[in-house]
Amino acid sequence: MTATARSPKDTAQTELHLKMLRQMLLIRRFEEKAAEAYALGKIGGFCHLYIGQEAVAVGAIAALRDDDYVISSYREHGQALVKGISPSAVMAELFGKATGCSKGKGGSMHLFDAKRGFMGGHAIVGGHIPLAAGLAFASKYQSQGKVCVCFFGEAAVNIGAFHETLNMASVWKLPVIFLCENNRYGMGTAFERVAAVTDIVEHACSYDMAAELVDGMNALTVYDATRRAVERARKQSHPTLLEVRTYRYMGHSMSDPLHGVYRTKDEVEEQKARDPITHLAGKLKEDGVIDQAALDAMDAELHAEVEQAVKFADESPDPDPAELFTDVLVD
Amino acid sequence: MATLTYRDALNQALREEMQRDPNVFLMGEEVGVYQGAYKVSRGLLEEFGPQRIVDTPIAELGFAGIGVGAAMSGLRPVIEFMTWNFAVLALDQIVNSAAKMLYMSGGQISMPIVFRGPNGAALQLASQHSQAWESWLAHIPGLKVVAPATPADAKGLLKSAIRDNNPVIVLEGEMLYNIKGEVPDGEHVVPIGKADTKRPGTDVTLVCHSKTLTVALKAAEQLAAQNVSAEVLDLRSLRPLDESAILESVKKTNRAVVVEEGWPHAGIGAQIVDLIQRDAFDDLDAPVQRVTQADVPMPYNKLLERAAKASPERVVAAARRVLYLD
Repeated sequence: MTATARSPKDTAQTELHLKMLRQMLLIRRFEEKAAEAYALGKIGGFCHLYIGQEAVAVGAIAALRDDDYVISSYREHGQALVKGISPSAVMAELFGKATGCSKGKGGSMHLFDAKRGFMGGHAIVGGHIPLAAGLAFASKYQSQGKVCVCFFGEAAVNIGAFHETLNMASVWKLPVIFLCENNRYGMGTAFERVAAVTDIVEHACSYDMAAELVDGMNALTVYDATRRAVERARKQSHPTLLEVRTYRYMGHSMSDPLHGVYRTKDEVEEQKARDPITHLAGKLKEDGVIDQAALDAMDAELHAEVEQAVKFADESPDPDPAELFTDVLVD
Repeated sequence: MATLTYRDALNQALREEMQRDPNVFLMGEEVGVYQGAYKVSRGLLEEFGPQRIVDTPIAELGFAGIGVGAAMSGLRPVIEFMTWNFAVLALDQIVNSAAKMLYMSGGQISMPIVFRGPNGAALQLASQHSQAWESWLAHIPGLKVVAPATPADAKGLLKSAIRDNNPVIVLEGEMLYNIKGEVPDGEHVVPIGKADTKRPGTDVTLVCHSKTLTVALKAAEQLAAQNVSAEVLDLRSLRPLDESAILESVKKTNRAVVVEEGWPHAGIGAQIVDLIQRDAFDDLDAPVQRVTQADVPMPYNKLLERAAKASPERVVAAARRVLYLD
């Protein structure tokens, strides 16, 4: 690298790309550890991993201000980490510990950090889509200039809340981005088996809404599309529907086999060849931004960070028994 | 103190609370231009404008959820359902989002929201429009549920509900909107969780709420003519329940009849009977009786409908049974 090679804009962009790579790798390593901990019985209940989909959370949230809102479904470990909740606080929540980001009362599906604008994981499919519009409504009502990004899976598109909310968001011009992570399967049901319209972007026509179809295996394209949507929301207070095509490598949840009976092993392997982390790492190597040694060092660092998170979660106390009865109502 | 209808008492509460706090807004079907399906929001659009009096499409689930989302960021939405029969479409948002947000976020996100609208049977509206939902809603931890029976309580409880930092269900009586009563001007706040003795008595306690207050008061009059002194206890709040008021009254009268608009199975009355048998067993002189809607969907026919509803005559008969007069 020569001293004259890069303008400040290039430098900022390089830093952004490196940050995205790091965040994707963090999610990957975090989720691998979560799978291990689940197998060891340290994590209970349902646990939905994000492996394969990392570019979506990372690319989209990179386009936001820190005070913007993010709300998600029950497959939200990735978004929570990228929105700034520490791996320790997320892992401790998965372990059900008092130090978790929801004090051990939420678990994998209900991660929250209101101060960081992370408004939760919600576990009724599509149920949080109206909440996103409500957060955007409040931002507009109070002239806060905040936008809200709502992550949901393609299966939620078949539920009434999706359609009711898109209609109202468009009628009321709310600064909200409906980001559909189309990973092709709702549990074990391929979307085309249960949806009359399989190009989700087309639903935007019914609600007179801007929309984009986005390659979700590429963090940079997700970033660019989200940035356009954020600008539309922030400057014109117009909602956007993004259909981001992605793929989950793991089963629907930890109790689901890797590829199951609803898709072939070959299909999963084929998709893994489009891996978002490999893709961005490859680009950064090509650009001369990073070499294999630096990549290995980054990976080792993240391994250690996630190990530390597991240690923290393991050593953290369970909630005090009295916590059972707190937080039902406020005084 | 002015004489107002129940409808206008609610209207006054909304207006005063919206004047008091710019974060309060009203959202629902027909609340603005149409002035409210039951005219509870009459004049509010003119005073507060369309940003705070928000007409919605017919999409109960969606706008209830938008209200919940707005409450997550600290606004104080009042969500009007045209009737609670339609609110069933929004139960996901009430039960899964509003009632659980504080708990599952580990205390981070409170939920200052009101869900309100008419509840219970009116006249000849048939099965789908004649239902009392309180036992469904009062079952859920994380919600408060109130059911005012008089104009004064309607104003005072709605004001409390709007100021509360928890989700509060306000069940208005569909048949009560036109009743009149004295309502204190200005600051009149009825605390949530406090029952009210609407008629003192010594021989039997008639426990009621919402529209069944009228039924119980009529029954008490008929009983008085039969030399029976009935105490009428209006619960006003169903969650939290004023358990001590119920127990105190039963300890005095030693007999109780619980009257409600809902069905008998797993109803509000079942909860009250459970309380009485557990905490006032030694004070009871007779098993507690219940008067409810008949255990059937509401029929359309006027005579059948009348037979299905809790009536003063059925309350009198139940009271006579607990007094061993028949």
